[in-house]
Amino acid sequence: MISAFAMRAIRVAFQPPFELREVVHQIYMAGWRSLPLVMTSGVAIGVVLSMHTRATMERFGAEALIPSALAIAMISETGPLMTGLLVSGRVGAGIGAELGGMKVTEQIDALESLAVDSFHHLAVTRIIACMIALPILTTIMNFSGLIGGFLAETAISNVSLRLYFHQAFAGIGFVDYALPTLKTVVFGFIIGTVSSYLGYTTTGGSEGIGRASTRSVVFSSMLLIVINVLLVRIIFLLFPAGAL
Amino acid sequence: MSTADQAIRFDTVSKSFGDGRVLDRVSFDVARGSACCIMGRSGTGKSVTLKLLLGLLKPDEGRIYVNDVQIETLNSTGLVEVRKTMGFLFQYSALFDSLSVAENVAFPLRRHTRMSEAEIADSVRERLAEVGLEGELDKMPLDLSGGMRKRVGLARALALKPSILLVDEPSSGLDPITTREIDKLLMDLKASSKTTMVVVTHNVPSARRIGDQLLVLHEGHILARGTAEELDQSKDEIVQQFMTLATDEPANASPTRSASAIGRSHKKEVEYGVQG
Repeated sequence: MISAFAMRAIRVAFQPPFELREVVHQIYMAGWRSLPLVMTSGVAIGVVLSMHTRATMERFGAEALIPSALAIAMISETGPLMTGLLVSGRVGAGIGAELGGMKVTEQIDALESLAVDSFHHLAVTRIIACMIALPILTTIMNFSGLIGGFLAETAISNVSLRLYFHQAFAGIGFVDYALPTLKTVVFGFIIGTVSSYLGYTTTGGSEGIGRASTRSVVFSSMLLIVINVLLVRIIFLLFPAGAL
Repeated sequence: MSTADQAIRFDTVSKSFGDGRVLDRVSFDVARGSACCIMGRSGTGKSVTLKLLLGLLKPDEGRIYVNDVQIETLNSTGLVEVRKTMGFLFQYSALFDSLSVAENVAFPLRRHTRMSEAEIADSVRERLAEVGLEGELDKMPLDLSGGMRKRVGLARALALKPSILLVDEPSSGLDPITTREIDKLLMDLKASSKTTMVVVTHNVPSARRIGDQLLVLHEGHILARGTAEELDQSKDEIVQQFMTLATDEPANASPTRSASAIGRSHKKEVEYGVQG
């Protein structure tokens, strides 16, 4: 059923009306409002990763590689996956609960009665918004992680910001950034589709809304982690030189 | 009556959910500009009938015509066009709780018209004035009473000036005075704009006030159909029991008396439920 829902979303997304106003509103809800969570988490993850990396690198006298190692870890995997999981928790739960609430209070039927295609207006706009917001949030997560890494590193080695970032990006090309970041478009599709589907098919009042919200987070996180394995494998196969 | 005079036509429509047949070859029509009240016990398919009329559900068998358009064969684009000519007042109003009162009423105007924001604001004020809520523009639905929500729902349903209005349980959860006010709004609407109405109600006094035609659904079939006077003469025991509830309330009853009469009616309804 969810695959039929996803296929319908892809088909309807290319049909007018394109609901640009609602898409922008949903990008604001899913993207802008996730910024504090993503930035705070990014800085914290950067600090922790930097401390772990230093502990290992010091043994080999390779402290100079700490910024580069941190950048590779953040950009290739930690940033995209953490952003996906954070957004699936915050936005996925929100979409599941919001659409579930609209379903049980007949607001979705009300949209239909007002001659509005509720599927397009509610589900497709949220899926598109997640697909647009995720790569942007991932980029911000990566940058926040590097800032966190710099803060941890400068407290110990007094390295300058300029030198830290120069070393961090020394071994990273555009493809190294683009491929892992673009895979979060798929994460956005998964989060938007799973949570919209579970919200749309909610039954059973407030208990049903709670169930839709919880399931949205559990299923989208689970699916996201599993699909990530597949996507990384595909990246390695298609771009062996670009895969970090 | 020719089909041109009929705004709505239900032709041998059946609908089942699982093993339960909710509607079994039901046929009726509603003349343009008239009001049809559908009555019946809970679970007899009254609300399903409204959802079929709006195309929210598809019938298993039969044909449904709205303004001479056969709707069960339409795709989503076709349904959107038909729905623009219809308004729906939901049992619990179904207002968009993230939008204010004014935004709820403005929603269909923003979607389906090329009106400027100033024109939309004027139209919203006009619609809300019709239901006596012109001072509540900026309130949120959760801040409103049940009766006020119902009026906003009515204003929203009427925003596009539909030729057909579907109303699900207008008196549900409301006190007798507010029920009368909502009834009066519907009667005024029918008189002023010749809107065709299909009203689902348990409230027989309301049905007597609003309906030109009353229809009693029972176990998936139409048990009786006609004016209130015709149904009063029915020999069918269930129809008699149903209509007797109305005789408890004199036509010119004051709101206070009306309340006590409805209380007695409710007692009878409970007895009827036990017998049924």
